Amino acid sequence: MDDATDAVLAARSVGKRFPGVIALSDVDIELHGGEVHALVGENGAGKSTLIKVLTGVYAPDDGTLTYLNMPASFSRPLDAQAAGISTVYQEVNLVPLQSVASNLFLGREPRNRLGLLDFRAMNREARKILDAYGIPVDVTRPLRTLGMGVQQMVAVARAAATDAKVVILDEPTSSLEPREVDTLFSIIAKLRDDGVAVLYVSHRLDELYRICDAVTVLRDGKLVHTGPIADLPRLQLVAMMLGRDLDEVQREGTTKFEGERTADEETAPALAARGLTAKHRLDNVDVTVQPGEIVGLGGLLGAGRSETAMAIAGALPLDAGRVTVNGRRVRSGSVAAAMRAGIVMLPEDRKADGILPELSVRENIALAALPRMSALGLVSRRRQNAVVDTFMRRLRIKASSPDQKVGELSGGNQQKVLLARLLCTEPKVLLLDEPTRGIDVGAKAEVQSLVDELAKDGLAVVLISSEFEEVVEGSDSIVVLREGRVVTELHGSDVNEAALLAALAEDAKDPQDPKDSADD
Amino acid sequence: MTDVAVRRDTARRWLRDNGVYAAIVLLIGYNLIFTDNFATVANLNTQLVQVAPVLIVALGMALVIGTEGVDLSVGSVMAIAAAILPLYLGYGLAPAIGLALVAGALCGLLNGTLVAVVGIQPIVATLALLVGGRGLALVFADGQLKNINNAELLDLGTGKASVPLIPLVAAVLAVVAWALVRHTTVGRTQVATTGRTVRPVLLIVCGIGLLLLAVIALSTGTRINVPFIVLIAAVLAVLVWFLVRQTTFGRQLVSVGGNRAASALAGLPVRRVLMTTYVISGMLAAIAGIIATARLTASDPSRIGELFELSAITAVVVGGTPLSGGRVRVLGTVAGALLMQLIAATLIKHNLPPSTAQIVQAAIIVAAVYLQRSRSGGGQ
Repeated sequence: MDDATDAVLAARSVGKRFPGVIALSDVDIELHGGEVHALVGENGAGKSTLIKVLTGVYAPDDGTLTYLNMPASFSRPLDAQAAGISTVYQEVNLVPLQSVASNLFLGREPRNRLGLLDFRAMNREARKILDAYGIPVDVTRPLRTLGMGVQQMVAVARAAATDAKVVILDEPTSSLEPREVDTLFSIIAKLRDDGVAVLYVSHRLDELYRICDAVTVLRDGKLVHTGPIADLPRLQLVAMMLGRDLDEVQREGTTKFEGERTADEETAPALAARGLTAKHRLDNVDVTVQPGEIVGLGGLLGAGRSETAMAIAGALPLDAGRVTVNGRRVRSGSVAAAMRAGIVMLPEDRKADGILPELSVRENIALAALPRMSALGLVSRRRQNAVVDTFMRRLRIKASSPDQKVGELSGGNQQKVLLARLLCTEPKVLLLDEPTRGIDVGAKAEVQSLVDELAKDGLAVVLISSEFEEVVEGSDSIVVLREGRVVTELHGSDVNEAALLAALAEDAKDPQDPKDSADD
Repeated sequence: MTDVAVRRDTARRWLRDNGVYAAIVLLIGYNLIFTDNFATVANLNTQLVQVAPVLIVALGMALVIGTEGVDLSVGSVMAIAAAILPLYLGYGLAPAIGLALVAGALCGLLNGTLVAVVGIQPIVATLALLVGGRGLALVFADGQLKNINNAELLDLGTGKASVPLIPLVAAVLAVVAWALVRHTTVGRTQVATTGRTVRPVLLIVCGIGLLLLAVIALSTGTRINVPFIVLIAAVLAVLVWFLVRQTTFGRQLVSVGGNRAASALAGLPVRRVLMTTYVISGMLAAIAGIIATARLTASDPSRIGELFELSAITAVVVGGTPLSGGRVRVLGTVAGALLMQLIAATLIKHNLPPSTAQIVQAAIIVAAVYLQRSRSGGGQ
C-alpha cells in the first residue's frame, strides 16, 4: 500500500550500519506540518544517526524517505536544506564575527539594482523577522557579542526564515536560561502555527511535555514507541528510554554487584561535596559518601552526573561549593589538589581522556604516581616495577608484558590499566564515570566485582552508569539528578529500579518556584 | 591482513625505527670506499663541529615536538644569545655566558607562557619570537657585527680537548650496549609464568664493562683531540637522553604530548611541564648561539641562527620523532642531524652543488614523514 499521509517528512523502516555497529534498524518516523515531534533516547539510541539520515548527511542503508509525498534521497546536506529541511545544532553553527542580519541572510543576501549587497534592506528585513519572534536585538551587532541564548534563537529564526517546511532542533535549550527557554518556546509555537513540522530533540522531560505533540522513542537503534505524547505517562516514557519493563522492574539482579554493604554511619564521611554550582551545568549539588560506601549518581543523559564527578575531581571550575575529604577542605578547580587529597576519577571517555595508547602498560599505570615512585626527580625502575606488578596481578590485567602498548589491549584491560593508575596513588575517594562502557561481558563482570572489593576495603566510591541495573545493584544509595540539581536521594531499601524510575519521571518543580530558591 | 601486507608493514616499521641509522651506515660505507680523505680525523672533526650547533638546537626541538608543539624561535634565540655575549665579555667569560643563558631561558619562559598559560598554538606563539627575537637581538647589538677578542671564548670555538682514546671508546661502547639492552628487545627473555622480562645480556655487558675498566687502568693511553664543541654537544645529547628516559619530568613530558587531557586528569602538572620544556629549548638554543659565535669569532645577530629552526625540525623528524607528540627519540635526533650533515658533505666532496644536497635532503624528509604516517591514515 502506498500510504499517502499528510506527513511532510517520513522515514519508513530506515536502517544504517557502521562497521561493527547497527546504528539504526527498521525505524519509522512521520513529521506532520503544524506539529512538534519529540525525539528521545539515551546515549547510543540512534537519535543523531536518524537526524543525519533525515538531513542528508548519511544515506540510509535500508528503507525510504518520503518528503512532501515524494520519494526523496538527499545526497548532500545542502540538498535537504534547499528542499526546506533546516537543522539547528546544539552548538550554533553560524559566523560569529558577522552581524546578526548577515547571519540571518547568509547565502541569500538581498541585492540592489547593481547586484551589490543591499545592507539597508537586509537590516530592515532582519529587524522585521526578529521582532515577529519577540527577539529584541540590534541586528547590526556581530553575532558573537550576543549571549549563547540569543545566538541560538537567531539560529532558529534563520532556520524558520528560509521557508523551511521542516525544522530540526537538536537540544536547543542545553545552554539557555529559563527566560530564554520561554522565548524559544514561543518561537517554536509560532513555527508550529505557521504549519512547519518541528522535530525536537531534548532530554528534559518537562520541556517535552510542555511543547511537544507527538513523541518517538529510540533505544539501541530501534524504534520503541511513537505516538501522541499526551497519551504517554512520564514513568512509561522514562521506562521506555531506559529499556525497563515497568511490570518487571523488581526482578532479581543481573550484575556482579553483591547486595548491601552496611556503611558505618558513625564515621565521618570520606567525601562531602556541598552546594556544587557551575553555571548552566550544576546547581547546588550535594553528595556525601561514607568510607566503604558506593553512591550512585542517577539521572538521564545531560542531568549533570559527569559534571558532578568532574567538579568533585577538580576538573570542572566551580562558581560555588566546596568539597571535603575526611573533613578536610579540598581546593576546588585543581585536579592535582584533589588527587593530593585522595580523590581520583575514572573519566567517561577512556580514549580521549584516559589512556596514552602509544605508551606501555607500565608507563600508563605509573603516570599519576610518578612523583612518589621517584627520588630527586629520577624514576626508580625497581619501585615502579614493583607497583606495576602488584596491580597487574591484583586487577588481573591481561597483557603480554608490562612493556606492551596500551593501545593494543582490549577495552576491558585498558579500563583496568586506568583503574590501576588511580589505585596506585592510594586514593580515599574513587569516582567512576561509566566504568563498564564499551567493554565485553566478561570484563564487565570483573570490573564490577573489583569495584565491590575496593569498596569493601574501605574506599568511598561514586558510581555513574547509564546502565540502569548497574547503578541500582552497585550502589548503596543513589543521588538522583535532573538538569544539574539533586531531585532526591534514595537510601537503603529505596534503592531499587521502581523507585529510581519514579524519581527520574517525577514532575520537576518549577525552577521559578520561590520556595525552591529560598533555601539557596 | 595477508602475509604480504604483514611483511610490508613490519618492514615499514623497521625502516621507521631504524632507517636513519641504516642510512648513516650506508653513507659512511659509501664514503669510505668512494670519497678521498673521508676517514681522517681532520675531516671527522670538521663535520662534527659543523653539525654541533644544529644538533644542540634539535635536542631542545625534539623535547618541544614531543609535547605536540614546535619552537620556531630557536634561531632568533641564538641571535639574542650571540648579541648579549659581547656586551658582558668585559666582566669575564662566565658572567657573559651566564647572562646569555638566562636570556635564552627567559625567551623559553615567554614561549612557554604563551603556550601553556595563554593557550596560543605553539606554532603561532613561537612565530612571534622568531620575528621579534631577531629584532631584539639587533637592538642589543646596535645592529652591528662585533668581533670577538676574548681569548677564552675563541678557545672554546676552536680548541680541542685531549681525551684518552680507550676510555672514550669504552664509554661509547658501554652507553650503546646499555641502551641496546635497556631499550630494545635485544637480549630480553620473557619468563612465561610471570610475564616479567629478564636480561641475561645485562650481566654479560656488566662483565665486559669491568674488563674494559681493567684495560683502561692498565693502558698508559693513546689520546685523541676532540673539539670542545663536539664534546659539549655529546654531553648535552646524553643529558637530554637521560632526562627523557630516566626522570619524572621526562616521562611527564611524553605523557603530556601523548594525551594532554588524560595527563591533566591524571593530576600531572601540565602547565609546568610545558613551560619547562620551552625553557630547556630556549637555553639549548642559547648554548648553540654561544658556540656559533665562538666558532665564527664574531657576534653577528643578523645572521646567526638563520633557518636553524627548520634544520632542527628536519633532524627531529628524520630521526623518527613523530610530530604528533608523545614520543621523543633523542638518539634518533642525533642521527638525523648527522645524516643531514653527511649528505651535504658527501655531495659537496663529489663536486655537486649545494642545491643538489637540498633536493636530496627534501626527499629524505618526505620519506621520513611517509614512514611515520599512521597506518589508519594510509588509506590502504
